[in-house]
Amino acid sequence: MNYRAIRAIYLFEMARTWRTLLQSIVSPVVSTSLYFVVFGAAIGSRISEVEGVSYGTFIVPGLIMLSVLTQSIANASFGIYFPKFAGTIYEILSAPISYFEIVLGYVGAAATKSIILGLIILATAGLFVPLHILHPVWMLTFLVLTAVTFSLFGFIIGIWADGFEKLQMIPMLVVTPLTFLGGSFYSINMLPPAWHTVALLNPVVYLISGFRWSFYEIADVSPSISIGMTLAFLLICLAIIWWIFRTGYRLKN
Amino acid sequence: MSSIISVANLSKTYGSGFKALKNVNLDIKRGEIFALLGPNGAGKTTLISIICGIANPSEGQVIVGGENIQTSYRKARSLIGLVPQELHTDAFETVWATVSFSRGLFGKPKNPAHIEKVLKDLSLWDKKDNKIITLSGGMKRRVMIAKALSHEPQVLFLDEPTAGVDVELRKGMWEVVRTLQQSGVTIILTTHYIEEAEEMADRIGVINKGEIVLVEDKATLMQKLGKKRLTLHLQGKLDVLPDSLAHYKLDLCDSGATLVYDYDTKGDRTGITSLLSDLRNAGIRFNDLDTTQSSLEDIFVDLVRTS
Repeated sequence: MNYRAIRAIYLFEMARTWRTLLQSIVSPVVSTSLYFVVFGAAIGSRISEVEGVSYGTFIVPGLIMLSVLTQSIANASFGIYFPKFAGTIYEILSAPISYFEIVLGYVGAAATKSIILGLIILATAGLFVPLHILHPVWMLTFLVLTAVTFSLFGFIIGIWADGFEKLQMIPMLVVTPLTFLGGSFYSINMLPPAWHTVALLNPVVYLISGFRWSFYEIADVSPSISIGMTLAFLLICLAIIWWIFRTGYRLKN
Repeated sequence: MSSIISVANLSKTYGSGFKALKNVNLDIKRGEIFALLGPNGAGKTTLISIICGIANPSEGQVIVGGENIQTSYRKARSLIGLVPQELHTDAFETVWATVSFSRGLFGKPKNPAHIEKVLKDLSLWDKKDNKIITLSGGMKRRVMIAKALSHEPQVLFLDEPTAGVDVELRKGMWEVVRTLQQSGVTIILTTHYIEEAEEMADRIGVINKGEIVLVEDKATLMQKLGKKRLTLHLQGKLDVLPDSLAHYKLDLCDSGATLVYDYDTKGDRTGITSLLSDLRNAGIRFNDLDTTQSSLEDIFVDLVRTS
């Protein structure tokens, strides 16, 4: 294992975060705070409790997931796309480093940033609404699993994209709508039966549901199904990345 | 001298069906400076990319320092430093950070003394804290060389190292390359500047349309394929050559004012003595004469044309 190479990539990517602190950390925190103001305070004050917790408190896990999902994808996709765009990928490909180590460096850094961001948003939420976490270990497990899985997904997008437009396309057109429709701001049990069934096809539902369960023991689906779905998505992403490196897709051809 | 790189039956066909390399066989000797010449699209960069692990070969194998680049890629790649043709740099990093990053990427422990030496050798020490975006093109090129040398490679690939670099800087770069060779590094360079190969290389390979056309010691190549030209500046203009000189294949140039005679340097007899004697017998006199040797560029152009 080339630990020094993994460390070099990881620290290089983390250094980029500190260089672009405003864009990486401050901006998502500001937008999440705005969500609290709009949905939590303004609209939430007119909504009664959802499944036993106040609306403002109810949306906290969903809002954290919303940021973690989008930032994981953005961090990882940009992390690998930029060396491709700038041409510096030649150095990664010619270094004595395995594909697994490359992924570990890039995805590890992207996931770390997202986890830090998720925890910052959690702390920010504590300023707006009363919070309690019933299963902190499971909360962290869901947070880490989601950050890693969607960083892998972002890594795939970064390899696939051959322009900045494509880099934005999947997150904007697929991930954001799925996240909004995945129960960030509501329980899918509030939907009519037909739409409830449709909502269960949305993989993000399982992530948010599991994450919310770790906070309040409120879940749209069983936590074990949530963790199973997250792991399944993680394995699918790993399989695609394995195929990318085996074939050299958009890297070595 | 033993081989440090051995390329055997190497072919590369891109997805579009374009054959960039066709059954290439090549050995690079340890410690030499090898110049790979070829026109645009000849396959130079593809060959380097495969050896360095950036592109996958379609067929064949490459051994670097006794290690197969595919089955033992870690050991093979750790021996190689690559300076690509384009100026690919991390614009917002400092010189020190980007060179240190390269060393880490190649699995080497931190060694600030080595990085300092590399930067000083390349006249980059006073720029070590500058962001790369603030550097000139020539400096960026040197940063890329520093990155390639950061992990102490045994083989250094320089793909068009002096492209777009001014004459003074180019000569400085040649000095750097010579110093590296003296320290035991094997250097493979591709170039469009024939004078660069002529100036620096121990051996020269010519690649055209994905095939190695020739590999030869530079001196032998010059001797084998180099032609000399004798130019005689006549006292009076000639309209036609006398029949007694017909078998010399002379060219009458400058409206009959000069006679040009090409001869082979590898031949035992150049024919100059008998030519001068026959000229005197024919009553043709000359004011001056000069001889020139064909350059590597002439040889290269001839080779590419005939291949």
